[in-house]
Amino acid sequence: MASELTQRIQQNPQYQRLIKTRSALGWWLTVLVCLAYYGFILVVAFDKSLFATPIAEGWITTWGIPAGFGVILLTIVVTAIYVRKANRGFDRMVEEILEKEVQS
Amino acid sequence: MRATQQRVSRQAKAFTAIRSSAVALSAAVLPGLSWAAGTIGETQKQPTNWTAIGMFVLFVGMTLWITKWAASRTRSAADFYTAGGGITGFQNGLAIGGDYMSAASFLGISAMVMASGFDGLIYAIGFQVGWPIITFLIAERLRNLGRFTFADVLAHRFNQTPVRVFAAAGTLVVVLFYLIAQMVGAGQLIKLLFGLDYIYAVIIVGVLMMVYVIFGGMTATTWVQIVKACMLLGGASFMAFMVMWHYGFNPEKLFAAAIDVKKSTSTMGPGGFVTNPISGISLGIALMFGTAGLPHILMRFFTVPNAKEARKSVMWATTWIGYFYLLTFIIGFGAIVFVSANPDFLDADGALRGGANMAAVHLANAVGGNAFLGFMSAVAFATILAVVAGLTLSGASAVSHDLYASAIKKGKATSQDELRISKITTICLAVIAIFLGIVFEKQNVAFMVGLAFAIAASANFPALFLSIIWKGCTTRGAVTGGFVGLISALVMTVLSPAVWEATLGYPKGSAPFPYASPAIFSMPLAFLSIWIISLLDRSAQAQKEQEAFDDQKVRSETGLGAFKAASH
Repeated sequence: MASELTQRIQQNPQYQRLIKTRSALGWWLTVLVCLAYYGFILVVAFDKSLFATPIAEGWITTWGIPAGFGVILLTIVVTAIYVRKANRGFDRMVEEILEKEVQS
Repeated sequence: MRATQQRVSRQAKAFTAIRSSAVALSAAVLPGLSWAAGTIGETQKQPTNWTAIGMFVLFVGMTLWITKWAASRTRSAADFYTAGGGITGFQNGLAIGGDYMSAASFLGISAMVMASGFDGLIYAIGFQVGWPIITFLIAERLRNLGRFTFADVLAHRFNQTPVRVFAAAGTLVVVLFYLIAQMVGAGQLIKLLFGLDYIYAVIIVGVLMMVYVIFGGMTATTWVQIVKACMLLGGASFMAFMVMWHYGFNPEKLFAAAIDVKKSTSTMGPGGFVTNPISGISLGIALMFGTAGLPHILMRFFTVPNAKEARKSVMWATTWIGYFYLLTFIIGFGAIVFVSANPDFLDADGALRGGANMAAVHLANAVGGNAFLGFMSAVAFATILAVVAGLTLSGASAVSHDLYASAIKKGKATSQDELRISKITTICLAVIAIFLGIVFEKQNVAFMVGLAFAIAASANFPALFLSIIWKGCTTRGAVTGGFVGLISALVMTVLSPAVWEATLGYPKGSAPFPYASPAIFSMPLAFLSIWIISLLDRSAQAQKEQEAFDDQKVRSETGLGAFKAASH
């Protein structure tokens, strides 16, 4: 059986909201990274010429370069988004939940 | 630059031609053998390089001083495993980077970019994409539930002995394969850069890492990683800066010069690295989820005081590692222009002196002269030392904490006993690493890093992840499914071209398992096994474990009851 404290926290609406928003954010960002990365790999596997095409007439830089750099930068940006969100919102929610339930 | 090149030229004449210079690289760009870039191929002994040795002695002196300081702070098992939990998120982020940015990935990926341009970028990206996954799904929960090793998380509601044995097996197998690849790479690299005999090179690496880990534990290992990460990032930044500066910070001009040298635009698009979509995706899965199952990386999350700092660690690690891979891409293109077209760096057959993986090292010489070459050589050596120290510490913890203290002594061992066992294990691991390093000198070990990642993705990650998020998961499911993943990844790798053809020498095309990595099959197989066996598990133990999930869930989400940092 779950402890009394666990049950109390699980019934706290703020806890339920925290779990829901945090895991939704985590999963959506995970899906985003997977789409970007496996999409990138599939383009490489099935249509190499797409990434070998210059980004503009007379240019040497191909679409592959911004795409590749883009995937790397995306990983950094989405991680930053999550961490910012967690530092500003989730941590405070956790504090408030624990303050309310652990002390009462 | 002129004077530098003359000096280079004189020095380069002393270089001897390399028998199998392009072995590692040609394998790297062939589909199906994509792992080779992760290791350093066979090299020829070079004349003793005193600048490099001087720089290296300086580094070793500094790290030994750190170790001495760390030793005074390593009194308990907790200090040994987690540096007392007092590392900040920023420091830990750098240390994770230090664990992850190996010499093989620096030299291997820049060499791959030099040889085939864009393909090197595809490979590098694979190593980057696992980090957000760790941030979103693993890092905070791991810190909230565990204490010293990732097995602590499994043991939170599961039956101690079987999950500890499984986690120790998963850790030791991953650590051992990773370690052999690093030791062989270290021996080859040092023979090449410093002109030392292979056997001495391997012994020096083994002994130094043993000293760091035994005396300084996690504190020394962490600071060695941090120093190394700063040196590597600093050196690589300088090289990329010099290359870009030469072209007025206009990538178009750099690419134009590279195409001029290559006399073809093929470098600018995908080549032969990913031809088979299944191989490509499978490799991607192994890299992405393997990163989230590497024991020496997971262990680093216990060195910070709480989940918030764990989160910051991955943020910094992701940033530094991503920045590092962008640098290696520029360095690789710089090497196309400054190294591959410069006869000073080529032998009579037009191959790179010292072996295909020397692209970045020659570029260091070209942009910074002999002193900078010495510095980058020392950085490469330092990099290997830091990586093997992290691996050894993780292996030693699996034996002392998971096997000895938890599975055998059932948690009744004293901190001092546990510390003693971890030190003895460290000595054993160092001896084994030196021995295997020597045994595998002439072997093709290119598959080993890939195998380590595949096993981490197929055994450690599924068991860890399901135990955290799925209430229905039971001991029987996690342990059996985990072993299914471990064994299937191992067997499929042996049957794949990288081992069957490249290492065992069977004819080309005869490998029973045709893909570059087993992960696309072995990881889902592990998840499926854990799921089915857990569902079928109707034991009283299973019911108890499922009932314990709610407490565990609240703790993993809020940090309620999580282990606090030991105070100093």
